[in-house]
Amino acid sequence: MKSLAELAAIREKMKDKVVLREGTSDTRIVVGMATCGIAAGARPVLSAFVEGINNEGLASSVTVSQTGCIGICQYEPVVEVFQPGKEKVTYVKMTAEKVEKVIAEHIKGGKVVEEYTYNYTVKA
Amino acid sequence: MIRAHVLCCGGTGCTSSGSLKIQEAFVREIEKQGLAEEVKVVQTGCFGLCALGPVVILYPDGTFYSRVEEKDVAEIVSEHLLKGRPVERLVYNEASEGSEETHASLNDTTFYKSQHRLALRNCGVINPENIEEYIAMDGYAALGKVLTEMTPDEVIQTILDSGLRGRGGGGFPTGLKWKFASGNRGNVKKYVACNADEGDPGAFMDRSILEGDPHALIEAMAIAAYAIGADEGYVYVRAEYPIAVNRLQIAIDQAKEYGLLGNDIFGTGFNFDLSIRLGAGAFVCGEETALMTSIEGNRGEPRPRPPFPAVKGLFGQPTVLNNVETYANIPQIILKGADWFNQIGTEKSKGTKVFALGGKINNTGLVEVPMGTTLRHIIEEIGGGIPNGKKFKAAQTGGPSGGCIPAHLIDTPIDYDNLMAIGSMMGSGGLIVMDEDTCMVDIARFFLDFTVDESCGKCTPCRVGTKRLLELLDKIIAGNGELEDLDRMEELCNYIKSASLCGLGQTAPNPVLSTLKYFRDEYVAHIVDKKCPAGVCKSLLQFKIDADKCIGCGKCAKQCPADAITRTDYIAPGHKLASFTIDTTKCVKCGACMSGCKFGAISKS
Repeated sequence: MKSLAELAAIREKMKDKVVLREGTSDTRIVVGMATCGIAAGARPVLSAFVEGINNEGLASSVTVSQTGCIGICQYEPVVEVFQPGKEKVTYVKMTAEKVEKVIAEHIKGGKVVEEYTYNYTVKA
Repeated sequence: MIRAHVLCCGGTGCTSSGSLKIQEAFVREIEKQGLAEEVKVVQTGCFGLCALGPVVILYPDGTFYSRVEEKDVAEIVSEHLLKGRPVERLVYNEASEGSEETHASLNDTTFYKSQHRLALRNCGVINPENIEEYIAMDGYAALGKVLTEMTPDEVIQTILDSGLRGRGGGGFPTGLKWKFASGNRGNVKKYVACNADEGDPGAFMDRSILEGDPHALIEAMAIAAYAIGADEGYVYVRAEYPIAVNRLQIAIDQAKEYGLLGNDIFGTGFNFDLSIRLGAGAFVCGEETALMTSIEGNRGEPRPRPPFPAVKGLFGQPTVLNNVETYANIPQIILKGADWFNQIGTEKSKGTKVFALGGKINNTGLVEVPMGTTLRHIIEEIGGGIPNGKKFKAAQTGGPSGGCIPAHLIDTPIDYDNLMAIGSMMGSGGLIVMDEDTCMVDIARFFLDFTVDESCGKCTPCRVGTKRLLELLDKIIAGNGELEDLDRMEELCNYIKSASLCGLGQTAPNPVLSTLKYFRDEYVAHIVDKKCPAGVCKSLLQFKIDADKCIGCGKCAKQCPADAITRTDYIAPGHKLASFTIDTTKCVKCGACMSGCKFGAISKS
């Protein structure tokens, strides 16, 4: 190790990999992965989030996780986004294609994709 | 991208309950269910809840699985990792009864909630065999900081200001030790050394740090070397810690490979090399002068102090010798500052202390709490209380060098000075909890027996004195004691304390003295009444058959190894067979008859 820059480079590179264990990430994306969710296609949604977040280089601030059934099985796959200080956002009837838009507009842009949310879908 | 981590404990406790097999099973099962791309299995150091091993934690949710068996692995993978539903039946439930809820997240449990993990911060979090994971947790940043931004004197001042005291026993201020060794930098060969010869029965915090976060030690020793102007270091580890030795060696090799040990570290011209020396398991080698004599290749015997190691240590050169836990605090003090550290703890004892909880307590394991936490909090809250609703009688701190703290002092805030004041000591942090079934005379004998075995024999007070003390204790336990023996013991204890060469002898009488002080009535009961109130000391026990309860089945007589039980000609009212009786002159007091009797007819007193 010849310089502090080298050390910092390793730290940055590895931070993403151990960040899951620190629990410090700002955003948590939780995908409903109970039987109902999986049957409705939650796995491709989860994979799309995992890949998308990684490709955008957001892994250090965003955690993708999974959970069981939250009770609105007819709206599966359900995805919830938690951000500190903000109301949680519940997206319903998600697909891998919709994931792209959620990452681009909500996770990166900070603007909720209203037309995918539970409230919007129920009212419509 | 990895979306979940499975952390399997690879500490000694969990390894012996089969964690390696569990880890392999996870890798297999994750592969089988097609999750290898998104779930990573990581082996970590000790989480602290050793009684519940093998322990597995799933992140990011932090679900804590305890007592995992190989057959459970497939279920955890398919239910939790694939479908996102924690397997409730395996999730850690508070050991203290009455709590119905299972705790999904580790940090919510009372065991962890009030802990403050500094020395153990990476244990159970990072993979100790991967230097890059340590670097990700700000590892080696403190070394970088001292080498590029601080003078050696500034480093020493920071450690002085932090108030850090040695975690291995006496509690000497670490910064002061460094300062004493710091003179004449560059002109004199100096060494830094680490005492990892953890010998107290039941204490294993140092092992846990070596197994869970070995790079923290390496980084801290390099910082110490820079501060005093040394370029060579030794870690003295006992050979009985194979996992710790192995992980430390891996860590040293990796640090060398990354240029964090060796020549011209960070391009600053600072050189530091580190190697391991194995101890052969002699307790006395935990004493600093004996430890250094052993590193030098001689028989591990202490030598008189002064000269202190800071003046004349390893190979006659100035040496800084600290304990593992002490070192583990150093990098964080450098990074976060002395003021951050000295806000934690009490006025004269700063920071945290790791305790190895053992004995009659629900949550045995490792806990790290701020100095000044009361014994009651550690035992009743974190430790989950005493099993089977028994009453707390005493706690023993400091291992064979420490003393017993009785129940009426349970609210004492634990720090160096308070423990000294009540006749015990911090020691390395073993904390053995005893309930009402423990005989304090027997406990004193247990620890003294240990020091008699471990006395190196170099000085007479320790070699002969402890032996004579043990004989007096044996006499009392055998029922032959006289009241004068108590005074003789006290006198002898004080001779041993004041005349022994090293810490081993100087502290060896502590268990006897403290039990004499707080539990004198138990000694008196052994001597005057010839009774052991806790029912432990066999020579003073009498087994008896209640003739009216005995139905005459004869099971006890068959089980008696000494043929001490015979049939009488008394038939109790309502029974068909004659009852049995015990010949106390033949009885060897093994208790086999009593544990075999289904009718509760046999009692001991």
